[in-house]
Order: sequence, then C-alpha cells, then structure tokens
Amino acid sequence: MSDYYVGILILVCINLLSVLGLSLMTGFTGLFNFGQAGFMAVGAYTATILTTRYSVPFAPALVAGMITSLLTSFVIGYPTLRLKGDYFAIATLGFAEAVRLLVENLEKITGGSRGIPRIPTHTNLPVSLAAAVIALLLVANYVRSRHGRNCVAIREDELAAESIGVNSFRYKQISFAINAALAGLSGGLLAHYIGFIQPSMFGMIKSTELIVMVIFGGMHSITGAVFAALVLTSLPELLRAAQAWRLVAYGAVVVLIMVARPEGLMGSWELTPANVRALFTRSRAVESG
Amino acid sequence: MPLLEIQHLIKNFGGVRAVDCFSHQLEQGGLYAIIGPNGAGKTTIFNLITGIYEPTEGQIFFNGGEITGMITHEIAGKGIARTFQNIRLFSDFSVLDNVRTACHHYASYSVWEGLFPTPRRRREEKALTDRAYRLLELVNLADRAHEMSKNLPYGHQRRLEIARALAQEPRLLLLDEPAAGMNPDETVQLMDFIEQIHETFDLTILLIEHHMEVVMGLADDIVVIDFGRVIARGTPEEVQSKPVVIKAYLGTEEE
Repeated sequence: MSDYYVGILILVCINLLSVLGLSLMTGFTGLFNFGQAGFMAVGAYTATILTTRYSVPFAPALVAGMITSLLTSFVIGYPTLRLKGDYFAIATLGFAEAVRLLVENLEKITGGSRGIPRIPTHTNLPVSLAAAVIALLLVANYVRSRHGRNCVAIREDELAAESIGVNSFRYKQISFAINAALAGLSGGLLAHYIGFIQPSMFGMIKSTELIVMVIFGGMHSITGAVFAALVLTSLPELLRAAQAWRLVAYGAVVVLIMVARPEGLMGSWELTPANVRALFTRSRAVESG
Repeated sequence: MPLLEIQHLIKNFGGVRAVDCFSHQLEQGGLYAIIGPNGAGKTTIFNLITGIYEPTEGQIFFNGGEITGMITHEIAGKGIARTFQNIRLFSDFSVLDNVRTACHHYASYSVWEGLFPTPRRRREEKALTDRAYRLLELVNLADRAHEMSKNLPYGHQRRLEIARALAQEPRLLLLDEPAAGMNPDETVQLMDFIEQIHETFDLTILLIEHHMEVVMGLADDIVVIDFGRVIARGTPEEVQSKPVVIKAYLGTEEE
C-alpha cells in the first residue's frame, strides 16, 4: 500500500475516534455537541506540549490529553448539562471558540496562532488502527449495556426516563466524558501524525465536519458512524484531483443523503451477525416471491 | 402509618393557584381515585408527588420519609411509579426494551463493566430479559416483545406503559387517566386489568380520572377536586350523591 493511502487510512481512524464519541453523545444520548474540535484541541495541545517541551513519551502524553479533555467535559458539563437541548448545543459551540481563542492568546505556552511546529510524528497506522478498533468495541459494548439503554431512553423521553428512575444528569455526564476522552485521543494522534498544530485546525469547520459525519451515517448507529468516517474522510482526499470541485461534491453528497434519507444512511441498523442474516433471508424471500 | 401522606400541598403557577391546600392519606394496599373536571389540577398533583414540579408550600411523606423537593429519579427509586396521560413510551425501543430499561435497577454491573462483555454483565442482562418477559406475559404482550413500541395499537401502548411502571416493582402506582381515548369496551377491559394487577402485585394504586363512572366500580375511596380544591371525599356512593360534585360536573349547563 502506498504511503498516500496509508495516510488516508490513518486520518480515517483519527476521525473515527471523534465520531464514535459524538455518536454516543449526540446520536444515542441526544446531546448535540457543536464543539467537538474544542475537545480535540485540548487533547492535541496537552499531548503535544508534553512530548515537545517535556520529552514525555508518546503513550503517556496521549493518555494525559485524554484525561485533560475528560476533566474539561466535567467542568463544562456540570453547569450546562441541565440546560435544555438547544441551549446546551450553543454552550458547546461557545466552549470550542473559547478554547481556540485561549490557545491563540497564550502564546508562551501554545505558540499562539503560529502554532507548534516539528512535533515528532509518532502516529502510524498500527497505533491509530488499534486505537480506533478498541474504541469501537468499547462504545459498541456500552450502547448495548443497561447504561446504553438508559442513554437512549433519555434521548427518547427524558421525563419518562427520570420517572422510571434513570438519573439523566449522571448519564449525560458519562456520555459527555466518554466523548471528550475519545476526542482528546483523536486530537493527540492528529497532532503527532501531521507534525504541526495551530488553532485554526480546531475551529468551527472541524466541529461541523464531525457532526455531519454522525448525521450522515445515521444518528442511532455505530455502524453508520464507522461508514461515515470512512467515506467522508477519504472522499475529499480521493477527489483531490478535481480540486475545488471536491468540496462541492462533498456538500452535494451530504445534501443528497439528508433529502433522501433524513435518518442517515444506516438509520439505526447495526452490522451484527443476526442483522446480516435477517438481511439475507429477507432478500431471498423477495427473490423467490 | 399511611404509605403516602400529603399535607397542605399548594402549587402556584404565576398568579394561578393550580393546587390549593390539598391533603390526602393513602393506606398500604388501597385503590384510590382522584376525580375532577378538566383543568382541576389532577395531573399537577401527580407531578408534585413525582418531583416534576416543586410545591409552593406543603409536604409529602412516603413510607415514613419526606420526599418533598426530591428529584424525579430519586422518588422513582423510593418506589413510586407512574404512567402519563399522553402515553410516554420510548417509541424507538422494542416492547421488550421498554420494560427492560425500567428493570435496570435489578442489574448492578457498573458503567465500567458496560464497556466490556464481562460474564457478570451477561448473566445480569439475561436475568433482566427474563424478568421483562415474565412481566410481558402477565400483561399479554409477550408475543409482541420484538415489535417497535410505536407500532402497537393504542390500547396495547397503554398496557405496555403500565407494564413498564410495574417493572420498577413499585409500592405505589400512579395512573394518570388510563382510560383516556378508549371506547367503553376497552375501558371495561382496562378496569379489569387494573384490578388484576392491584391484587397480583399487592400494590397501592392512586388513579386520576376525568369520567366519574369509570372509577365508581373500582376505587374504595374517591377525592373530588375542582379548581385545585377538594370539594368532596368518601366512598363512591357517598361522593356520587353530593350536590357539590354534581354541580362541579354539570354546573355550567344548569346556568
């Protein structure tokens, strides 16, 4: 495999980490988060400052990035998670902008808007693939547990969920924390793949791109999240020859999906052995009938 | 000691007094009803008991402890379950998952174990599923366990919502206009069903109803409220004959 395709695959894995977190938080728990890039920035800058300035090894630096991002989610979540849906989404938007501005202005620590150059490029395919697969398994397990069901119950009807004894605040906080940890890891890996970070990489555009992936793939499907991360990360890269038109194509694909299938490509369908079997028996029945 | 004791409950919404000095005592094992015309404040009383609203004044005691000002899920955890006037199922869930979610307190594996397929988790999930199936059999919905709850007929949705409340194994069950939107035949069936679960589960039931005739054959004790105030209480026969009650229901038409 050429380096070029390996590079795309690494980016897919990095994006997938962020998208998995968002899928749990927005798709399954119903908390819209328009500030995912802010959590990636927290993870990226924490890990990068540790590896470049304090020569901390790669793995502990990544973990530190995850933990910092996770703690940030508690600080942000505590006052905002009690807000109603739309207000919470705006709070996350504000958070991400605040992080970006903070990074831009703390020049001594973060290098300001010029960013941090010459980051050791530790991120390779095995590392990012392993991280993505492990995260996928953990999130897939979580959404099928009793805790995952409680999250979906909150999304479906928060009042009814509370009435059967579900502590909605706690479960929102957990979803938010898992999401933030994954975004932090994603940011740390991204920084050590590209070898350079600056605040503009973690702006509104990045947050929007990630939430679009979740909606595109299907809000209620982990399979959809994986598929969307794969297609929507590689599509703009593979269409690079078409230059400016590739972004038009990207937009067109997203609009098309939203018009034709508002629930996202996969809806709430999951790729499990039982579901695949059901799919085949159904298509056979159609053929014979 | 009464199971539920409500003392001088008052709830104001801005300048409107929705519940005015409401007091009530429910003994363990009884079947009680609150009736009253539309907008009398019946659902507000339920929302006050379950912590959805905070009372302006007054206190609520359950099972000997005060529950005034507690959060909804804490009150649910104490053993009070409810249904809603406009059915609130988890519509994207299967029938089974609606009930399984309400059983979740009977599993104890942690959030951490939710991330991994541990043997304990598998064992507890299986126990939850069995428990949910047993309950669905009791309400005659077991054959529809894998259907989406939003695809069920209206009457079945009502029964599923009651099953979901029963899954919490509550001591007190609050039913908010369970017969709303049902035809007379369905209503009779539902009343039989409520009587049946009252006996099987050894429950205390408090039921809100708009139509007087529905609760007449069912409840042992009825409170009639109008404009947030108690206007009569007693056995069905006593309440039925009181002039204030007749006036509250028919008053506007007489004038």
